[in-house]
This record gives sequence, C-alpha cells and structure tokens, in this order.
Amino acid sequence: MKSSPVAPRPATPSLADFMARAIAMELEAAQRYEEFADAMEAHNNPEVAAMFRKLAVIEARHGDQLLAQMGWTELPFQPRIAFEGFEGPETAPVDAVHYLMKPWHVLELALAGEERAVRFFDHLARTTDDAAVRSAAEEMREEEREHVELVRAWMQKVEPPPEGWEIDPDPPRYTD
Amino acid sequence: MSPKGRPEGESVPKRLSAKGSPVSAPACGTVAAPRTAASYKSSYKPIWCPGCGDFSVLSSVTKALAQLDLPPERVAVVSGIGCSSRIPAYTACYGFHGVHGRSLAAATGLKVARPDLTVLVTGGDGDGYSIGGNHFLHACRRNVDLTYVVMDNHVYGMTKGQPSPTTEPDWDSKLAPGGTGLRVFHPLVVALASGANFVARGFAGDPNGTARIIAEAIRHPGFSFVEVLSPCVTFRPEQRQWKGAVRPAPVDPTDDAATAARRVMSDDGFNIGILYAGDRPAYRGYPQPARATPADLEAEFEL
Repeated sequence: MKSSPVAPRPATPSLADFMARAIAMELEAAQRYEEFADAMEAHNNPEVAAMFRKLAVIEARHGDQLLAQMGWTELPFQPRIAFEGFEGPETAPVDAVHYLMKPWHVLELALAGEERAVRFFDHLARTTDDAAVRSAAEEMREEEREHVELVRAWMQKVEPPPEGWEIDPDPPRYTD
Repeated sequence: MSPKGRPEGESVPKRLSAKGSPVSAPACGTVAAPRTAASYKSSYKPIWCPGCGDFSVLSSVTKALAQLDLPPERVAVVSGIGCSSRIPAYTACYGFHGVHGRSLAAATGLKVARPDLTVLVTGGDGDGYSIGGNHFLHACRRNVDLTYVVMDNHVYGMTKGQPSPTTEPDWDSKLAPGGTGLRVFHPLVVALASGANFVARGFAGDPNGTARIIAEAIRHPGFSFVEVLSPCVTFRPEQRQWKGAVRPAPVDPTDDAATAARRVMSDDGFNIGILYAGDRPAYRGYPQPARATPADLEAEFEL
C-alpha cells in the first residue's frame, strides 16, 4: 500500500498520538452509527434508526470530551491506526445490519464494539513503554468497561427479538 | 508515486492534484475551513440495503477527496446504471447519472472537454464489465486521465440477483439454476492487458485503506482502475465471509506490466492494494481551444 497524503503520525508514539487514535476511533464509530441510522430511516425502521442515532451522539460526545481533554478543537494530525482488523474496535462492521433488525440487535452491536475497545486499550496498556500512554490507556479501558456495563443494563430493558424476526413475507431474494 | 506519465520537463506543482485539477487557495487574509469527508456528501441519503458495501465505498470516495483537499466544484462523478451507480447523487460534486454501461464514454467526453476537472467514474460489475465491457477495454487503452471505481458484488443487485460477468460459474439461483457454468471475467487482468495505467483492488470492509487507494488512483496520471469488493448482503449474503478472505497483498506495487501480469494471473481475487502503477503517458489530445460556441452548435439543429 502506498503512503497516505495526510500528515503521518509521529514516528515515536506519544500521548498525543495515542489520544488522536482514541478520538479518531470514537468519531469513526459515530459516523458508522449515523450511516446505519440513515439507512434504517430509508428502510422504514424508525425505532432502530433512532437507537443508532442515539449511539452516534454518545460516541461523538465521547470524542468531543477527549478533544477537550487535550485542549484540541480538532485532530491536529490524522493518525494511522493499526488495529487487528481493518477498522477501529468501536466501529460496527458495515455489513452487520439487517433492514428488519430490532433495537436489541443494535445494543448487541454496541456491546461487541465496547468489548473490543476494552480489549484494545487493555492490550495497549500492557504493551506500551510510555508511562503517560499506559496511564491514559488504563483510564480509557476503565471507561470502556463502564460502557460495557451500561449497554448490558440497557439490554435488560429492551425486549429481545422474537423468533423469526428476519422473516419478510415479501422478501427481495429470488435465490433460495 | 511520481507523476511519470507527464511529458519531460512538465513539472507538477505541489498543490496540483487529482488528475490535473488546480486546487484553489484561500484568499489572502482568510483561513479556509479544512475540508472533511462530510464536505463531499450531499443531503440525499442512500437507499441501498442496510449492510451494503456501497455505503463504505461512498465513505472511501469522500475520504479520498478530503485527503486530496479538492474543491467539490472541481470534481465530477459520472456513473451508469445500478445500485452503485447512484453514487453521484450522494456526493456534493458535479454528477452525471448516465446510460447503462456508458459511464466511461460520458466521462471521457467530459474529461477531454474539461481537463481541469477531476473526473471519477463509479459503477458496478454488470454496468462496467458486461453492458459497458467494450467501453472498459477502450478506456484502458485510451488512457485518458480518469479514475474508475467499480463496486464488484458479483451480481446484478438492482434487478433482483441475476448473475453478472464476475459471478462464480457454480452459483446456484432461481434465475440461473445450477449456475451459469461460465468462466468469470477477470477485471484486473483485462485492465492491465488493455493498458490501464494504474490497477488496484480494495475492499468495502476496509474503508480507510480503500480511501488511500482511491486517492492514489486520482493522483496517478492516466486511466486508473480500482476494483472494490463490495458485498451484496441481500442477494449474496455469503459475501459477508469476504472479510475473512481478503488480506493486504504481500508485495509492493510494481511499474512493470509483466511482473504485474504474473502476479495477477495467480491471484485468488482477495489480495488488496495497488497492483500496478505504470508510466504510460496519459492521453494528451487536449486541451484545444473551442472552435464553436453553444450558439453554433444549436444552429446545426435548426429545422
């Protein structure tokens, strides 16, 4: 792959670099939830759309809080983020949604994202040599753990999907 | 990547990007707000099926344009027909949603007439490889300074799931019971053999990586072809498994067509990255001063 034209992250990972990654993660997760919300509105699933919209607000707010914490108004450079997969741990995969999905599924996706974020920050905290980065990663890990618990509690209040939720009496498929 | 395709002595200004489009600078004393991917999105919301890979490709296109900091009014997005061909309406750039399979013909005309514009062409595998297959060959051969992004999902999604040129021969469906039994079309092989100056493959599940590839494709002179594996979750739900199959190509791009050909002939279709970045000069049949005015052209149609 060729190099990106955006400013690369510093050669030596620093606290600023780490925070830029964390903020980019939150903002990308928010953007994906926004896209999902738009798609669900277009497919007449307003309940799920509203829930994705709410998650987008939450993720964006977290990103804004981290920006304020660093005294930034925007990312000072575009971080190159190396993750296990292609996208950040909090970003739900683009193909993880279904037009008939229920609010419970939205929370299931959010829970998976928060759990991936815990693992991501935990790994960083355990492997970095930089004390400031370690401290920040540990703090972020604990915040994400709180989010995991919040989403779990939220799921308790939402009705699980009925069996056959994905069955469409007028399906678009001609292939089975 | 150096702009090798340009004639000797023709330097490329640092702020000249995107297939020759000059980037406008803010006026003295003002600070222009930085463009982001959102700067290139229109207010129209996509109607693709939730989960469609094309959402991600739209995101990659807008991220690439933001990386290059191109003014939206200096970019034109041209398409044919199909799910993915709806992209022009979802961007804030100029757009042309044209005739099935003829996006490259329209885009070629536009670029030749307006070389100052950055011209992107978007579409799907049916539009580009079947109905527009002949235009694809000759667009590669002509090497006009275009960037062609094909969202390949191996199916005609908009018309309910017919096999396309890239559909596997044994894909069984009501519309092709037992499969077509036909050999698949190999877009990268054909693009390379036909003279495309830049050949790459991306994956919708990797929007940031695909954005970088598209940005490189736009920068590279001549005809740039980017195939993006973009799952159709409605008619090909099994394509959700692609995310476990794709991987970054283990080799760097080459500027040697023979090396690229050897690589792509043994490729399993899931290596992503830039395969080939050549140095063939872009078509230089322009610019030429206009010899007729719109009034002259209208006069030809007078009865």
